[in-house]
Amino acid sequence: MSSPNTPSPNQTAHTPSGQTATKSGTSSRRPLLPWVAGPAWFLAALVTWRWPDADDFPDTNQLAALFCTIGLALTVTAALRRLSARAPWAIALGLGFTAWEIIQAKLLWLPRPFFGTPQDLLDVFLTDWRRLGDSLLHSLGLLAVGYGIGAALGVAIGIGLGRSLRFRYWVRPLIRLIGPLPPVALLPLAFIIIPSSRLASEALLALAAGFPTTILTWSGVAAVDPAYYDVARTMGARNRFLVLRVALPAAMPQIFVGLFMGLGVSFATLVVAEMLGVKSGLGFYMQWAQGWAAYPNMYAALLVMSLMCTGLVTLLFKVRDRVLSWQKDGLKW
Amino acid sequence: MVTTPTRIAHPLGLELDHIDHGYMIGGVFTPVLDDISLSIAPGEFVALLGPSGCGKSTLLRLIAGLEPPHGGTILAEDIPISGPGPDRIVMFQDPTLYPWRTVRGNVALGHDIAGRKDPASVDAAIELVGLKGFERAWPHQLSGGMAQRAALARALVNDPRVLILDEPLGKLDSLTRLTMQTELHRLWRDRGFTAIMVTHDVEEALLLATRIVVFSPRPARIIADLPIDLPPHRHRDDPRLLDLRKNILTQLGHSADW
Ligand SMILES: Nc1ncnc2c1ncn2[C@@H]1O[C@H](COP(=O)(O)OP(=O)(O)O)[C@@H](O)[C@H]1O
Ligand SMILES: [Mg+2]
Repeated sequence: MSSPNTPSPNQTAHTPSGQTATKSGTSSRRPLLPWVAGPAWFLAALVTWRWPDADDFPDTNQLAALFCTIGLALTVTAALRRLSARAPWAIALGLGFTAWEIIQAKLLWLPRPFFGTPQDLLDVFLTDWRRLGDSLLHSLGLLAVGYGIGAALGVAIGIGLGRSLRFRYWVRPLIRLIGPLPPVALLPLAFIIIPSSRLASEALLALAAGFPTTILTWSGVAAVDPAYYDVARTMGARNRFLVLRVALPAAMPQIFVGLFMGLGVSFATLVVAEMLGVKSGLGFYMQWAQGWAAYPNMYAALLVMSLMCTGLVTLLFKVRDRVLSWQKDGLKW
Repeated sequence: MVTTPTRIAHPLGLELDHIDHGYMIGGVFTPVLDDISLSIAPGEFVALLGPSGCGKSTLLRLIAGLEPPHGGTILAEDIPISGPGPDRIVMFQDPTLYPWRTVRGNVALGHDIAGRKDPASVDAAIELVGLKGFERAWPHQLSGGMAQRAALARALVNDPRVLILDEPLGKLDSLTRLTMQTELHRLWRDRGFTAIMVTHDVEEALLLATRIVVFSPRPARIIADLPIDLPPHRHRDDPRLLDLRKNILTQLGHSADW
């Protein structure tokens, strides 16, 4: 097994002999930390429940119950010996929520309404979860269509640029003209000439995802060792095989870099498009929240959006790790 | 012991007729092959020797059909070669295994291209080159010698009628080389394909070939064409072999060095 990506103090320790011992090596010291995680959250629950709020905040008891549940779950996880690597983070988060609760909900040190309490945030999820979820689904739907089309087109155009002189002659100038333009610069125009704002946003998302994917696919295909083609050709391979079974897999590491970059640009384009034109999605929700000075809603939407983005990036890396399992080593997301 | 596949039916004979070839290098046309005529009988093992950069690899590319010659024709059984084909398989100096395919996937490449499923022959080829147990390994997990063996298996799986070898053992350490030379020789005798091998190692040529063709510096011309009338099982210190070696090195302009 490979060494853990984020070494935790309790998992990797130096024995007196100077060797690095993991897991079984330091049985006397190791199991302690995971057992602290649960109590850290029980502490947060206790503070939330027993210490009177500084103002009339909603859902204080529900929040205490939530902290308590998390504490229980962490304790069970510790008992199952599944918590070792994540224990320091679980503890830090529990203490962090405790501190936040004390500073804002109990002592009210920071100015409202810009700084909310944990219960404010929880209240948004409890009362407005339907609209938040709906916005999330809208954003995801927009992304899926726009990014999907852009990524597929990007790979196809990139291969064309890398393999065909005539295609390159005609398409390269267009790519050079349009590609570097930030997709959001086309937003006003797109909303005018494309009657459906949803369609316009999808087109721009496709552009956002397509450009980096195109360029990196192209560079990947251009960098394929010509000997790879010779090997297949000497066995009678035709163009179709050379493109799909030689150029494409050989360029795959580069293609994934392009897909990753395209995803980033797509996120930015998505938010701006939702703020400016599409009357749905997390970007729209956020703007609505700002308009009504509903700061907890904004934080909640930000949290959901960041979970969405990191989730999609994680998904992309999972796919990449699977497709590129032949590579010697790869970045761990 | 490794099971020996049946001898293939038809090794291919080749007729090279006044081949000329060249490349544009830095805007200047550079002749590389100059009037090469060579008749290779089915089942021969021809070794091509010549100074580096003279055009040996180029000649192999033409025979493989990867490029058409500028002048002259190459006939395979009286039919002009018009492109690459699985009856003429090249084994390059580098193994050039596809890193995204396992050993097994690499060896099965020819089958995939032909749209044929024949796992048994893939297994047989892997076993033949001594890579059994490494079917699922990725190329980066192989040593140089193992990768070259995998490339040999990938070539053999196509049952080539001509095996075209471009310094196939050039980058191997000397001990691995010796083993691979023996195996190559055994394969050639068992399978009966025609072999055309470029090598820079005179001794290797003398051990394996039935005929040695020596080229001049670029543009390559044939300056010697020597049949090697020695028994198939040769010994490295056979005096006849040493005589031939001296002769060839003299042809290559290294009379003082041998
Ligand atoms: N694709 C190519 N384009 C331009 N020049 C080439 C190309 N391939 C080979 N050459 C030139 O042809 C000459 C012969 O090359 P090569 O056949 O590889 O030599 P050898 O295999 O005998 O060492 C060299 O001078 C090389 O620079
Ligand atoms: Mg060469």
